[in-house]
Amino acid sequence: MHPLGGVRGRPGVLASLAAVSAARTATLRDAVGLGLAVGLYGVAFGAAADAAGLDVWQALVLSALMFTGASQFALVGVLGAGGSGLAAIGSALLLGTRNTVYGVRLAPLLAPRGVLRRVGAAHWVIDETTAMAVAAPDRELGRLAFWATGATIYVGWNLTTVLGALGASGLGGTAQAALDAVVPAAFLALLWPRLQRTFPEAAVQRRVAVGGAVVALLLTPVVPAGVQVVAAVVAVALAGRPRSEEVVQAGELASPPEDGAAPRKRPTSPSEEDS
Amino acid sequence: MSGGSLWTVVLVAAVGCYLLKLAGLSVPAAWVEHPWVTRVVEFVPAALLAALVAVQAATSGPDLVVDGRLAGLAVAALALALRAPFIVVLVLAGATGALVHVLAG
Repeated sequence: MHPLGGVRGRPGVLASLAAVSAARTATLRDAVGLGLAVGLYGVAFGAAADAAGLDVWQALVLSALMFTGASQFALVGVLGAGGSGLAAIGSALLLGTRNTVYGVRLAPLLAPRGVLRRVGAAHWVIDETTAMAVAAPDRELGRLAFWATGATIYVGWNLTTVLGALGASGLGGTAQAALDAVVPAAFLALLWPRLQRTFPEAAVQRRVAVGGAVVALLLTPVVPAGVQVVAAVVAVALAGRPRSEEVVQAGELASPPEDGAAPRKRPTSPSEEDS
Repeated sequence: MSGGSLWTVVLVAAVGCYLLKLAGLSVPAAWVEHPWVTRVVEFVPAALLAALVAVQAATSGPDLVVDGRLAGLAVAALALALRAPFIVVLVLAGATGALVHVLAG
């Protein structure tokens, strides 16, 4: 909100009200637009779930209850490769750890009062809602962005999951071959933004990606299906951990010793987020 | 995998992923914001997605195979490099996979 807008008499108040309303409209428009775009991935997920042997209900329960796209794709990806249930659960949880970090970032902004609100808000802590909430110009718009993006994506994602699963379940041989080629392409499309120069530490992201792919392929002939995916992630994550002196430096930057509890209490504004 | 154990996998993974989200909103920030943790979490998606791309495109059970999926992946990479929208990328990859299937079959 504009700090000077409200103290200048009537025209200033009206102008600031108009600005607030325009900002709310812009936030809602962005949220709905993002929700529609993400909905397309829901079709791909429904199709991938069907290709992995899940029925429509299982695909829908994943979208409704798990509701975190990358983990859902990972689960059906490992099952589709013939992996065990444990390997599938493990890969979904590995990707789900991202949302824990998002939750820590969102907690001061959302400040959910009471158990029920926290339990509800947690369900929608995902990539897109976090990105929208953190990018909003102030805390109120950040909350609006979180809830509007979450609601739009939740509805769209579940509807399109059913469409994708139903659409894929009636396919013949050639269409099945097409679907088989769509699944890795969908994973590549999810990975792609992380490899672009604009992404933070793109060079490291690229090395990590190549490492993950190579380790997974090398392990494929020698370990049970699905295990190579989890093993590749663990190996690459361990290889990419910061060396001890980097830890010390990064730790000092992240939280000065005299200010240990700061991340939860500090006021949230985009300039203070180290996104 | 039987239908029952598939349901178990679906439900356990879903509840686990939800609890990871809830933990973020509930635990003290200092527990999670270790540089080591955030650093690993930052790079897990790239490793996992790349591993899945490789496994889904180039393996069948314990074997490394080259078929229409790899051709579709190459076309998808080209389309992504040309900034094609997601849906176009998927359609092109699927069409390539189907074409290879028809030509090879």
